[in-house]
Amino acid sequence: MGYVDTAKHDRPPPPTIVSRRKRGNLFVIGRQPGRAGYIAIAAGVFLLLACSWWLASGLGLVSPIFLPTPEAVGLRLSKLAADGILWADLKVSLYRIAIAFLVSSLMSIVIGVLAGCYGFWKASFEPLVDFVRYMPVVAFVPLSILWSGTGDFQKFLIIWLGTFFQQVLMVMDAVKRVPADFIGLGRTLGMADRRILLKIVLPSAFPGIWDALRISLGWAWTWLVLAELVASTSGLGYRITVSQRFFQTDTIIGYILLLGVLGLVTDQAMRAAEKILFRYNRRRP
Amino acid sequence: MSTLQINGLTKSFYSAKQSRLVLKGINLTLADNEFVSIVGTSGCGKSTLLSIAAGLEDYDDGSVCVDGVAISGAGMDRGVVFQSYTLLPWLTARENVEFALKAAGYSASDCRELADEHLTQVNLNHAAQAYPNELSGGMKQRVAIARALSYRPKILLMDEPFGALDAMTRRQMQELLTQVWETHRLTVMFVTHDVEEAVYLSDRIVVMGPGTVKSTYEVPLPRPRHEDMCTSPDFIALQRQVLRSIREDTVESA
Repeated sequence: MGYVDTAKHDRPPPPTIVSRRKRGNLFVIGRQPGRAGYIAIAAGVFLLLACSWWLASGLGLVSPIFLPTPEAVGLRLSKLAADGILWADLKVSLYRIAIAFLVSSLMSIVIGVLAGCYGFWKASFEPLVDFVRYMPVVAFVPLSILWSGTGDFQKFLIIWLGTFFQQVLMVMDAVKRVPADFIGLGRTLGMADRRILLKIVLPSAFPGIWDALRISLGWAWTWLVLAELVASTSGLGYRITVSQRFFQTDTIIGYILLLGVLGLVTDQAMRAAEKILFRYNRRRP
Repeated sequence: MSTLQINGLTKSFYSAKQSRLVLKGINLTLADNEFVSIVGTSGCGKSTLLSIAAGLEDYDDGSVCVDGVAISGAGMDRGVVFQSYTLLPWLTARENVEFALKAAGYSASDCRELADEHLTQVNLNHAAQAYPNELSGGMKQRVAIARALSYRPKILLMDEPFGALDAMTRRQMQELLTQVWETHRLTVMFVTHDVEEAVYLSDRIVVMGPGTVKSTYEVPLPRPRHEDMCTSPDFIALQRQVLRSIREDTVESA
């Protein structure tokens, strides 16, 4: 703690840790490895999977049509990158997910905050959202094509359908977790409801809302690829379907891995932003 | 002059199937600059009474008046210190006090000055830049007290403000509160279940039974109060008396 309470009696110094190495058995509930140990174990699993892939394909146990070697996938990806196809696909997909996710997030924040605060909006939206949430997004794909063709708008629609209804509920939840006494405090300070909403509820719920956005971004990637798989002439999902027609398994696997990396990168970026945005939750040394 | 008058206050909680009467015609008047503690077992309605006085909860019948004028909802004439920590986590200690002062309409420079002045009164001027997350429970409640006093409410309402603190910190907080109160002098309604705390702090103790005022005790101890008084025969005798009165309620309602 950075600030010592001078009014308090001196506390005894914290007990020194005898041996950091003495962690022992990791197969005990709740016992955690150190940072280095954690990374080593995680990397080990990745390495193990990569090795079995390489062995299975490299030794010819599986036909390359089903599972090409890691080298083949790498070569194919770099060739696609060199030809500019990879970047073109990536650009289109990023554009689609960015617009759809942004619109969905803004809408869910506005509606989720209103429904989390006001009984009228809660009664109007919560049952409806709960109902739509259980309709499978996949089933909307044919309908969305009928309604809006196969252009970008149809992709937005599918991504929006998949993320918005989940986001609204999570944003509502974040707003409901704002302590009732915070609102009581605003009242005792004579603040009007609108000011309480802007000055107390929103900043208080913001970390929870940010978390909801981060989690739903992961789903948005899935809906993007789904939309592009079914009816599209461009994008990462389109490339995967086309490759299937020509038995280009290396492209398919390469793109799937790329999508995994993209998801990981965006997630980490949002986590990093969280550390900056909500610095007040961190203890200063 | 700042008085709080509660007349014939009645309040029920309604659930789907039944209603439960939690306050049955409470009459209570807090005189100007009087420090009144309300004690009683949990569930006797003492916190509900305070919430109503703060204007945070509705009531069915009766009236609550500040200086003879009926209240309508919460207002800046009554400052509240809650049991839970209510410092806004995204603001520093100083900004938390300034938040209240801004709401009260003070200019930015006055806000800064008054905030620092009140943080000094609760011995926290060194932690003005700290975020709540970096403060201990006792420090958080001290900032909350500074915040509630900063905009000069007529009446201070405190709902078990030290309830979540450990015994050592509690003691220090009680001492600090008497000091601050003896310099500020304002009307205080203090809800607690700690009888010793009530005797140490108050001019008068109100014992509540389930929904009613059971009995009232004047505290004859001189001011300024100090810790040694807690072992004096008068103090202990009064403490026993109050405790006995609370227990009678418990037996009756059991």
